[in-house]
Amino acid sequence: MGFFDILQSIIPAAIFFAAPLIFTALGGVLSERSGVINIGLEGLMVMGAFVGVVFNLTFVDVFGPELTPWVSIFVAAIVSALFATFHAVASITLRADQVVSGVAINFLALGIGLFLVKQWYGKGQTDMVSAPFYRESIWLLSDIPVIGPLLFSKTYWTSWLAVLAAVLVWYMLYKTPFGLRLRSVGEHPMAADTNGINVNKMRYIAVIMSGFLGGLGGAVFALTISLDFSHATISGQGFMALAAMIFGKWHPMGALGAALFFGLAQSLSVVSGGIPLLKEIPQVYLLIAPYVLTILALAGFIGRAESPKALGKPYEKGSR
Amino acid sequence: MANKKYSFVLVALISVLLGLLAGAIIMLVSGYNPINGYAALWEGAFGDLYFTGETLRRITPLILAGLAVGFAFRTGLFNIGVEGQVIVGWLAAIWAGTAFELPTLIHLPFAILVAALAGAFWGFIPGLLKAKLHVHEVIVTIMLNYTALYIANHVIRTLLTDGKDSTPYVAESASLRTEWLTNLTQFSSMHLGIIIAVFGAFVMWFLLERTTQGYELRSVGFNQHASKYAGMKVDRKIILSMVISGAFAGVAGAMEGLGTFQHMYVMSGFTNIGFDGIAVALLGGNAGLGIVFAAGLFGTLKAGALNMPLEAGVPSELVDIVIALIIFFVAGSYMIRWILSRFQKEGK
Repeated sequence: MGFFDILQSIIPAAIFFAAPLIFTALGGVLSERSGVINIGLEGLMVMGAFVGVVFNLTFVDVFGPELTPWVSIFVAAIVSALFATFHAVASITLRADQVVSGVAINFLALGIGLFLVKQWYGKGQTDMVSAPFYRESIWLLSDIPVIGPLLFSKTYWTSWLAVLAAVLVWYMLYKTPFGLRLRSVGEHPMAADTNGINVNKMRYIAVIMSGFLGGLGGAVFALTISLDFSHATISGQGFMALAAMIFGKWHPMGALGAALFFGLAQSLSVVSGGIPLLKEIPQVYLLIAPYVLTILALAGFIGRAESPKALGKPYEKGSR
Repeated sequence: MANKKYSFVLVALISVLLGLLAGAIIMLVSGYNPINGYAALWEGAFGDLYFTGETLRRITPLILAGLAVGFAFRTGLFNIGVEGQVIVGWLAAIWAGTAFELPTLIHLPFAILVAALAGAFWGFIPGLLKAKLHVHEVIVTIMLNYTALYIANHVIRTLLTDGKDSTPYVAESASLRTEWLTNLTQFSSMHLGIIIAVFGAFVMWFLLERTTQGYELRSVGFNQHASKYAGMKVDRKIILSMVISGAFAGVAGAMEGLGTFQHMYVMSGFTNIGFDGIAVALLGGNAGLGIVFAAGLFGTLKAGALNMPLEAGVPSELVDIVIALIIFFVAGSYMIRWILSRFQKEGK
């Protein structure tokens, strides 16, 4: 097995595992950059996975196998965005402790999802979806030598949508007036308010967008990796996305890099069986590698991560 | 201050009532009879001595996990890693419970102590990293949860057994179960752990409210900078808080290992005890007594929920929604407080 073959088995798997984390971590970046802590990413992913799977199962005959997964992830994203308004109302308007509200989101999403699955399907998990995303070669790009087969053949469109989303979020945050406003309400809301920016409105928009992206992440996970919905479908991926966001220092590109790193580590433990050198290592080391490496990286050479200044503080007009 | 405490209790009670009310509305809308639903829940939690025993057994680790989360919260730290600390505590308790032959009076405390130390060590890592290198404790504890899960599975397969998926049972001298409790509760899995858990709540209260260390820990939680200017060693307080928090979590693991299950098995996912602990601590206002009551409520709901599909046809997950809503109402207590203050003004 040549080096290139090894790369060819690891790299696509890494991007494949990273995609849901990328979407969700980007959602986290938007919310926290506006000053609202979002521990609820896990719950937003659960909601996305639930809606994605149920919509897919229900409407596969209406939209056909080609279109259904796309409509499903879109609907899932919209529903999760609406669901995130719970978090927005609690933490922005009602000035709730944002961590508490996020924890509630996590419990609520799982409760609602499983309750409805039990009621609609009469059992603990849904059927397998019949119209998931499939691996495809991306037109033209897959014909490029070396990186074509490595990155663009036998891949998922959704993976590249995730990378594109990261670029879009970066552009929006750093190159548009909207992004400047969003970041300013997370750093110094009073100064932003003085400049005529509606702090709470910006935060609402940010939290709802994080719901959209979190839902997208959950739905993509469900329709590429798990293919059904049960209590264990989303078990900690949202927290991993949260970690990717902090690891990436609250920057969209950083979050993208961190999520890809997690994906790479995860793919190593999955494909290790076929790789001579890795086969010798006991599996437990490969399993814990992503987590231990993250801790070491944070402790060692990444340096201190500074969160947005006003993170976690509700804004009250006129308070100092 | 007393007034503030009183108002939190009131808010918590109102939140619980609103949560249960919302649960009833959900049952009604979904076509179930809410009275039957809650009756089944009550029956499943306290219907007879067996159910009562099972409920108390379920409350036990919840109290300790809630104490773990709450203790760290009081020092301004968010310990999402209770889950991992529970797992290493459980594992350590099993090791101590199976590897030695000692009289009960020594063996049982020893096994619990080993579990506490294991949990404390697992809490020490994020504490140290936070204090010395300013690494975010949330991210480290999340990572350590997974690390604990995979390492525990590996240890069970390689060190504790010969490639098996389940460890042998702990020695009787290390077991928390007693014959009279088992007989009294009609062979439920109830064990003596509930006494340890309630005692743990007392320990937390005593440490935080009656010792200098506890005063300093709380002070760091209120304002790190002010504490530093006042001459407190903030770094050490952060580490100490995480260590004590981890120790509580480790004991919660021991409750599962030495009491409920008596052994440990290879786990495909988390126990969720640690995550439930977050909810318990939040509703309990991060105080010892409050946590006991909150764990009592959530444990009762969770235990009783198992009876709901059987007797009322209601999916047991309804309870998870109710718990989530209760937390939401506590979180959004600004609204409840505002309404309360309106009433108080009118009363005057």
